[in-house]
Amino acid sequence: MADNKTMTTDQRNIMTFDPQAHEIALSTEDLHVFYGNSEAISEGDLQFERYKITALIGPSGSGKSTYLRSLNRMNDRIATVKGKIMYRGLDINSNDIDVYEMRRHIGMVFQRPNPFAKSIYENIAFALRQRGMNKKADLDEIVERSLRQAAMWDQVKDDLNKSALALSGGQQQRLCIARAIAIKPDILLLDEPASALDPVSTSQIEDTLLELKQNYTIIIVTHNMQQASRISDYTAFFNLGKALEYAETGDIFTNPKVDLTNDYISGNFG
Amino acid sequence: MNAKRVDKIATGVLYAIAALVVIILVALLGYILVQGVPEISWHFLTSPALSFEAGGGIGIQLFNSFYLLFLALLISLPISLGAGIYLNEYAGQNTITGLIRTTIEILSSLPSVVVGLFGYLFFVVQFKLGFSILSGAFALTVFNLPILTRSIEEALANISDNQREAGYALGLSRWETVTKIVVPAALPSIITGVVLSAGRIFGEAAALIYTAGQSAPALNFSDWNPFNISSPLSPLRPAETLAVHIWKINSEGIMPDAKAVSAGASAVLIIAVLLFNFLARWLGKRLYKHLTAE
Amino acid sequence: MDKIRASLLKKSIATKIERRGKILSLSCLALIILVVFLIFYFVASRGLATFFQNHINLWHFLSGIQWNPGTIGTNGQPAVGALPMIVGSFLITIFSAIVATPFAIGTAVFMTEISPRRGAQILRPVTELLVGIPSVVYGFIGLQVVVPFVRNTFGGSGYGILSGTFVLFVMILPTVTSMSADALNAVPRYYREASLALGATRWQTIYKVVLRAAIPGMLTAIVFGMARAFGEALAVQMVIGNATLLPHNLVSPASTLTSILTMGIGNTVMGSLQNNALWSLAMILLLMSLLFNLIIRYIGRKGKLNHER
Ligand SMILES: Nc1ncnc2c1ncn2[C@@H]1O[C@H](COP(=O)(O)OP(=O)(O)O)[C@@H](O)[C@H]1O
Ligand SMILES: [Mg+2]
Repeated sequence: MADNKTMTTDQRNIMTFDPQAHEIALSTEDLHVFYGNSEAISEGDLQFERYKITALIGPSGSGKSTYLRSLNRMNDRIATVKGKIMYRGLDINSNDIDVYEMRRHIGMVFQRPNPFAKSIYENIAFALRQRGMNKKADLDEIVERSLRQAAMWDQVKDDLNKSALALSGGQQQRLCIARAIAIKPDILLLDEPASALDPVSTSQIEDTLLELKQNYTIIIVTHNMQQASRISDYTAFFNLGKALEYAETGDIFTNPKVDLTNDYISGNFG
Repeated sequence: MNAKRVDKIATGVLYAIAALVVIILVALLGYILVQGVPEISWHFLTSPALSFEAGGGIGIQLFNSFYLLFLALLISLPISLGAGIYLNEYAGQNTITGLIRTTIEILSSLPSVVVGLFGYLFFVVQFKLGFSILSGAFALTVFNLPILTRSIEEALANISDNQREAGYALGLSRWETVTKIVVPAALPSIITGVVLSAGRIFGEAAALIYTAGQSAPALNFSDWNPFNISSPLSPLRPAETLAVHIWKINSEGIMPDAKAVSAGASAVLIIAVLLFNFLARWLGKRLYKHLTAE
Repeated sequence: MDKIRASLLKKSIATKIERRGKILSLSCLALIILVVFLIFYFVASRGLATFFQNHINLWHFLSGIQWNPGTIGTNGQPAVGALPMIVGSFLITIFSAIVATPFAIGTAVFMTEISPRRGAQILRPVTELLVGIPSVVYGFIGLQVVVPFVRNTFGGSGYGILSGTFVLFVMILPTVTSMSADALNAVPRYYREASLALGATRWQTIYKVVLRAAIPGMLTAIVFGMARAFGEALAVQMVIGNATLLPHNLVSPASTLTSILTMGIGNTVMGSLQNNALWSLAMILLLMSLLFNLIIRYIGRKGKLNHER
């Protein structure tokens, strides 16, 4: 088995969109990411369609997080990113781009829930206030709306002044999603947001994401293939720093074109 | 001799050493408290010192110690906070940062008498501030800056990067993230560091004898206008502190009850340092609890 | 048409805040660095004046044994001989370190290896607390307890190197102990387990394995204690007698760099030889503090290398 693998590692099958039929929210061109001298992403050019959920799957260490974190320059001080990341006709890596402004439009939720050591209310209101929104009524409204969208308003509406650190893991993660959408980003990046959570919380978060899809372009890293097939429209398979296959989720799971993808989704490695 | 016997003997010797050290240290504390605490009274704590007769107090010195402590913290805290933030959040891992760290370490290891002498040359003589509260506060600041910077840097480093990433991902600048998220989260340990450094400042004498001076002119405690020289708040009056007072009356040997006064003053110093220690622990724990759950 | 696109190309408030914050915090750091340079500059400019303005020979300064700046000594040279103070400083530093080391290390071993529970409950808190005791308090107790004790036991006035050594010993003991205990705690658990599993007794394990592994850390603790002893001013000044004579024995009044500095600076006129000579003493202190720092770094670096190997 190992023998014919070596013959097929060069196989790639990457879908591209017809710009006439699909609106592209974000895309990478000739992207390379290095940690020091070692190249973590060598081929990873994908396009992401607006108001869709795209899943990035692949074995651990394949570069999914690295790729995702490059998309809003979270890796700025950690890795060297070469190539273009096109967003609204601009390369977000160029010097003309205001990185803080960019991140307001391309938000991110992390693998480990990371609420601030502040109250639930402050977790959401803080960034808004920092950008000059000071009216209590406005803040109240956004806090409520974000928490509703993250499907946790009913559980916490009486405890808004309690420390966010007292919440359960699943609630913390949904708070982080609420916090991210409170500033109304354009694109939401999620890095294995449910990997540390129990099945119930996981399915709640999946529901939340499906809900959010109407207004947000979502890119989600997951190593849970059921999750990818349940919620995503498109799926990209990563291996060893390369995107090997990118297709509609239904296609990739039923009829993968690349042998490695097939091996991976049938559980032969990873 | 076999290994078992050697082991027994060595263990016995270690017990003896540890016991001896405990005895020395406890005797030390006990001596100060036993000699000093009986001297402490309301009169002792509030009345001014007397030079040539017995029965004087430490009121002015005590006030001076607290006032200098307050000013020194007021000046050194923001500077250390800024420096600690830069070192932990902005400085890269390179030779220059290494040199800067070394320089700060050198400052923290300078004997306090050298800091005092520099304060004398620079603040007292060069800037013509004379022996004054201000000179003393600046000298204490120099003395405190490296330690506080270090402890703040450590406190910040202990805050997980995922807190920072949370801020960046919301489009906040690094400065906003560190000042509004990381510093508040590190507050328990920062406060512990500040209070511990307060204990050190409170007992410091060598840095003060040639900056804040060795005299404690009478103060008018009903005049709180800092511009009047006899006001307790006046920054330009000389201000002997408690620790300096102990040193001075023992070196001069003109105060008839110098021993009793020193004992009382030492006990007050020790009790203050103890309180600072407990306060640091207690505050740190409480704040931490407050932050993590309400 | 695209508002987001336009906003990406403008400098945001966050960028401006970031700029200001970075400059502000860098200035704080620069201020501290500046202070260090000022200290060195000011002390050195005064301290060097002795040699460049008053033309005192450096060798005479370091080796002369008569200290009475402004006068001519019995050997026809200006009486600016700092040797008595230098010797005094070194003697009390070395003696106090020699006395403190076995006690500190013994106690640290007891705290970490023999009775960790009692160590954590009693010894730790007590030593950490004593680290914070002001040095004038040590001086005062030295004056009240140590000097009379030395006088009654060994004769003489009681003031001198021996009393200074006792006071400094107690003063650096808590620091050296708690730093040594840290060093011992840093030795990985499995070192001990491996040794005990091979049938070594506890003492063999401590002596052959744990102490060896902790040598760099304990050396650092001792040098740290020595640096503190060398730089201590008031506690020593109160018990040493402050006679600028080469000590004949351990119970005759002597002096250290710090004690003469504290006594003298206020009683001399700025710019005079008497004053400059004192600043030269301060310069020696400064240089010694640098040297201790270098030694600690050297030990630290070697220790790291040993661990990596
Ligand atoms: N901060 C980092 N520094 C150096 N190498 C890293 C860093 N983060 C990830 N890597 C390396 O980059 C590769 C891709 O990692 P990652 O993107 O985290 O993979 P995934 O998210 O798919 O598990 C791995 O080989 C990993 O070891
Ligand atoms: Mg990952």
